Amino acid sequence: MYEALTNDRKLELIGIAAIALLIVVALPLSLDIFRLNLIGKYLTYAFVAVGLVLCWGHTGILSLGQGVFFGLGGYCIAMYLKLEASTPEATSIQSTPGIPDFMDWNQLTALPFFWVPFKSLPLALTAVILVPTLIAFILGYALFKRRVGGVYFAIITQALAAVLTILIIGRQDFTGGINGITDLRTLMGWDIRTDSAKYILYFVCCFLLLGSMLLARQVVSSKLGRILIAVRDKEERVRFSGYDPAHFKIFVFCLASAIAAVGGAMFTLQVGFMSPSFIGIVPSIEMVILCAVGGRHSLIGAVAGALLVNWGKTLFSESFPELWLFAMGGLFIGVVLAFPRGLAGLFTDQLLPLFQRRLAVKQADPTTVPAE
Amino acid sequence: MSNNTDFLLALENVSVSFDGFKAVSDLNLYIEKGELRVIIGPNGAGKTTVLDLICGRTRLSSGSIKFNNREITRHSEQDIVKLGIGRKFQTPSIYEDLTVFENLEISFPRGRSVTGALFWKRTREITEQVHLTAQTIFLEKLLDSPAGLLSHGQKQWLEIGMLLIQDPELLMLDEPVAGMSVAERAKTAELLNVVIRNRSVIVIEHDMKFVESIAHRVTVLHQGKVLAEGRMDAIQANPEVREVYLGH
Repeated sequence: MYEALTNDRKLELIGIAAIALLIVVALPLSLDIFRLNLIGKYLTYAFVAVGLVLCWGHTGILSLGQGVFFGLGGYCIAMYLKLEASTPEATSIQSTPGIPDFMDWNQLTALPFFWVPFKSLPLALTAVILVPTLIAFILGYALFKRRVGGVYFAIITQALAAVLTILIIGRQDFTGGINGITDLRTLMGWDIRTDSAKYILYFVCCFLLLGSMLLARQVVSSKLGRILIAVRDKEERVRFSGYDPAHFKIFVFCLASAIAAVGGAMFTLQVGFMSPSFIGIVPSIEMVILCAVGGRHSLIGAVAGALLVNWGKTLFSESFPELWLFAMGGLFIGVVLAFPRGLAGLFTDQLLPLFQRRLAVKQADPTTVPAE
Repeated sequence: MSNNTDFLLALENVSVSFDGFKAVSDLNLYIEKGELRVIIGPNGAGKTTVLDLICGRTRLSSGSIKFNNREITRHSEQDIVKLGIGRKFQTPSIYEDLTVFENLEISFPRGRSVTGALFWKRTREITEQVHLTAQTIFLEKLLDSPAGLLSHGQKQWLEIGMLLIQDPELLMLDEPVAGMSVAERAKTAELLNVVIRNRSVIVIEHDMKFVESIAHRVTVLHQGKVLAEGRMDAIQANPEVREVYLGH
């Protein structure tokens, strides 16, 4: 059994290496920059899926509001890019030059105070991680300390997604409203819209994703990872082993949110804008579906799920734009009914044993012959 | 009231009611250091509730609980554990998705904060301790199997092992031999004799033969009150106790 466990860990490393080979070597060699940029976009959702594996798969906390953290990360970097694009020269036709165009349209005459820190790239990058983590911490502290969990937690995160969307749309003078923050051009003078920039951003995204996967793997294989499983299994018993489950749940929820936020920032950089349509209830649920299809217990499964489902979404909606949501719903129901542990479960529970049995039979054959 | 500082645990005038129903009323219970106390009583007498109160799972309506002369009524469950009170539940309560080794390792009383757990190192001392405990609870060959695959009796042993490695000053066992075969029962009695060394123990048990074999002092609960308290033979001779409990 111990051997089987170390095999699992080896298998996971092989899986991460396979993903790395696929996204860093195979895809860039075989796809044009337009398709590769799309893959880069799908990979940003894989960050969210990695976070969900930690908090949903391992700890049993279902968050239906991961879009919030993805979006906050994306907005933080978008605010920096927008300010850099809004130089007084570029915005000289506005009544107040030097502020983002949507603020000018909304009769603002000065930059709101909370936009000011985003003039600095280091501060904006810090905010990408810090703002979502802080929100996750406040929410987690308020709920987990009061022992709110399960469905109630899911509903509250869902509500948070709705609240943030409404807030962003309602305050369009501060946030760009329903259109989001658009027309982003340069990062410290470097044009992010060119093909070469897209290649570089794609690889940055790949390496950050692989880094997140390795970090998540490290956490899962520590004693903390085993406590997370214990919390999922029997939360109350964990207290009687002398741990406060709330602290561990807060930690994993914050970590999942921070990882999702990095994905959001990479989304903004690669897609070139950020809007409320990526952070509300529907995208948040789509993220959970990605994770469920791929397998919520498996980092590799979740990343594979994010790639496959989004790729399917693009292919499908290119031909039948109306039908995508039905297909997605059907896919989710199908997966939950047929293989509840997702694609990764299908692989480790069904295909792998089949393969090993075949292998065992082949190996056993020559040894049985001399025995007879 | 409790001027006597010799008591390890002192429950005084403890009452708790659920929606008006008094599960425990005006209960006084003192446990000395190194004592093994058995609590018996008919169903609904409030035995498990008393354990729930001590370990912080249920909050009392009035009264006081002192452990080593420290009031623990407002402490959280995990803080009470850290003070040195361990609890075994009636149904085996273990982490089924983890292996026997991991179950024991998690119960080791160190690295209980988030950072402590994240940077936890499985030192030789810990591995040895886990192996030693596994030997005591007859599970040394099953260290790497998932706890969910153990038999009922083995799960009970594992939970006792988890408490053993936790090394509490006061150990509370809720029906440790319930649902066990005769052979398992004998082994468990042997195990408990190891477990109860160097600590105070409260045991709830229905099996009178088992109680006779281990008890120092017995407390009989009835309708949330102490009906009688004393040595086993005195309790067995007590007509009131025979009426409500032993006679059945």
